[in-house]
Amino acid sequence: MSSALYNYTLKLADDKLVLAQRLSAWTGHGPFLEEDLALTNIALDLFGTAKSLLEYAAKIEGKGRTEDDLAFFRNERQFTNCLICEQDNGDYAKTILRQAFTDSFDYLLYNQLAKSKDETLAGIAAKAIKEITYHKRHSHSWVNRFGNGTDESKMRLQNAMNELWRFTGEFFETTDDDKELSKQGIAVDFSTLKGAWEKEILTLLQTANVAIPLDAYMQTGGRKGIHTEHLGFLLSEMQVLPRMLPDAKW
Amino acid sequence: MSVNVEEVFESKLAKNDIIEPKDWMPDNYRKHLIRQISQHAHSEVVGMLPEGNWITRAPSLRAKLVLLAKVQDEGGHGLYLYTAAESLGISRDEMLDALHTGKAKYSSIFNYPTLTWADIGAIGWLVDGAAIMNQVMLQRTSYGPYARAMVRICKEESFHQRQGYEVMTKLSFGTPEQKEMAQDALNRWWYPTLMMFGPPDVESPNSDNAIKWRIKRETNDQLRQRFVNQTIPQIEYLGLTCPDKSLKWNEAKKGYDFSEPNWVEFKSVIHGNGPCNKERLVARNKAHKDGEWVRAAAAEYGRKQNESAAA
Amino acid sequence: MADSQGPMWEVFVQKKAGQPFVHCGNLHAYDKEMALQNARDLYTRRGEGMALWVVQSSNIVSSSPEDIGSFFEPSNDKIFRHPTFYQIPDGVGHM
Repeated sequence: MSSALYNYTLKLADDKLVLAQRLSAWTGHGPFLEEDLALTNIALDLFGTAKSLLEYAAKIEGKGRTEDDLAFFRNERQFTNCLICEQDNGDYAKTILRQAFTDSFDYLLYNQLAKSKDETLAGIAAKAIKEITYHKRHSHSWVNRFGNGTDESKMRLQNAMNELWRFTGEFFETTDDDKELSKQGIAVDFSTLKGAWEKEILTLLQTANVAIPLDAYMQTGGRKGIHTEHLGFLLSEMQVLPRMLPDAKW
Repeated sequence: MSVNVEEVFESKLAKNDIIEPKDWMPDNYRKHLIRQISQHAHSEVVGMLPEGNWITRAPSLRAKLVLLAKVQDEGGHGLYLYTAAESLGISRDEMLDALHTGKAKYSSIFNYPTLTWADIGAIGWLVDGAAIMNQVMLQRTSYGPYARAMVRICKEESFHQRQGYEVMTKLSFGTPEQKEMAQDALNRWWYPTLMMFGPPDVESPNSDNAIKWRIKRETNDQLRQRFVNQTIPQIEYLGLTCPDKSLKWNEAKKGYDFSEPNWVEFKSVIHGNGPCNKERLVARNKAHKDGEWVRAAAAEYGRKQNESAAA
Repeated sequence: MADSQGPMWEVFVQKKAGQPFVHCGNLHAYDKEMALQNARDLYTRRGEGMALWVVQSSNIVSSSPEDIGSFFEPSNDKIFRHPTFYQIPDGVGHM
């Protein structure tokens, strides 16, 4: 099995899975009913992509495991999502801002990935990009609303920025394996997306009157399985039932 | 020649015609519909909570997707119904206020807790099954917006029941622990589901209006009997046991004789003392309150947009 | 009456290109973009359509039931507006 491809696919999958898990906690608790539906929709899309990616990862692994085995029986140190995905939801400004960051990144990433020489990845990306286009429209328009809304929404958006900005550097981390896969036209080297992402996000932040924190030290570790304390709790909740009855089929 | 609006209204009903929002309607018709439709809407929205409770713990990716889609549908149903009620002259704010202050009712079934994953199966199978039975005839109810909302809702509802039964099937034919989980859920949800059809006919006979206005065609007891008859074979297929020890087939009526649910418990639940009444209202109030700044920001942004568009 | 849920919008869905837009319901939203997105989430989850119109309910001008007599009944008499009124001679083909 190509461990490089396996690891890369898992990174993509884990980002989606963990973020979807966070988003799905909003269902039934959204700021108004229409937004509840919108967020649930986004969570559904993300879980769907995660499932497809995990199916592929399991296939690459070649040990007969399923997407559920990968989702429910790996432990904290085996998850390779970006740290931003596992952060708590906070208030709606924090959730929306996180979406704006990840949607912009995913939009660039999946647009490129749709051209991958790996047919499976290209196929997954082609489907995902339609959804991501919509997600980005949603999150960016809300960032605008908050940044140009009331004093309270502006303040909350700035607070969200102060909390989340330090996790945005991690999007662009790359490895030698990823670079090699990218040379082969299979993977997208995350580091190549930084320029375009910054351009789009800085424009958005300017329109929304959000200031970038001066202390711009970027957190890292997720890609190596070194997570924040959030992930343990998130996985405990997500994995509890299959781990409780490991022989059961669901 | 002046038109007698009341005669027009009555003749519309007599011809099975549809009443639309701008038609004249008697006060009692309008009030009854506002109450019924808004309560139906509240039930959908509150109903998102017991099921939403298990989204983060759904035991497979497919189960998660299906449950998310189901709960999302319920939110959507709430929306269709709120807007149908609004056509009668009440605002969404007023309806939400009534719900949040405990003035408005919603289906009592959602005041029960979802304790295990099997409860999710039981709700889809039993609760949605009962809801379908209650709702099917509303697709031809006299008030247009309500009827149209119900057509959409009924289309989506059968997926919900199948989802629930699929969960129950996987559990009932799974490991001994899973089967036990399924049986336990059935034990707890059986009687509350029977309560969904309302009090016995002796306490709540169908009013003439309910029939004339095409709001109810069958009585509570008739629907309840039909539900039991339909569900027992489904229980038997799963290899589970109905918690009603007195259940017996009655050849003469070609149906089951069954025990009435505990009507004292029912009354206590609808009066606010069920296991989760307080929690449900706290959750809805919190979501609404936490969302206030979001709605205010959106309104302000919308206002600014309108101003610049008009300029 | 003022509602903190934002104005009401009517939603029209077009199933396929070339077909008419059909009214399918309404929703609350605070601005045009939100109305469009919410309409998509609420009314096209099951692939019901390819295109959407949203219109603020306050912008809809409608006839009222009292008008039915004067607005609509006169056209019931004018059967020459219907294709079935006319006889096409055989041999002309489909028209």
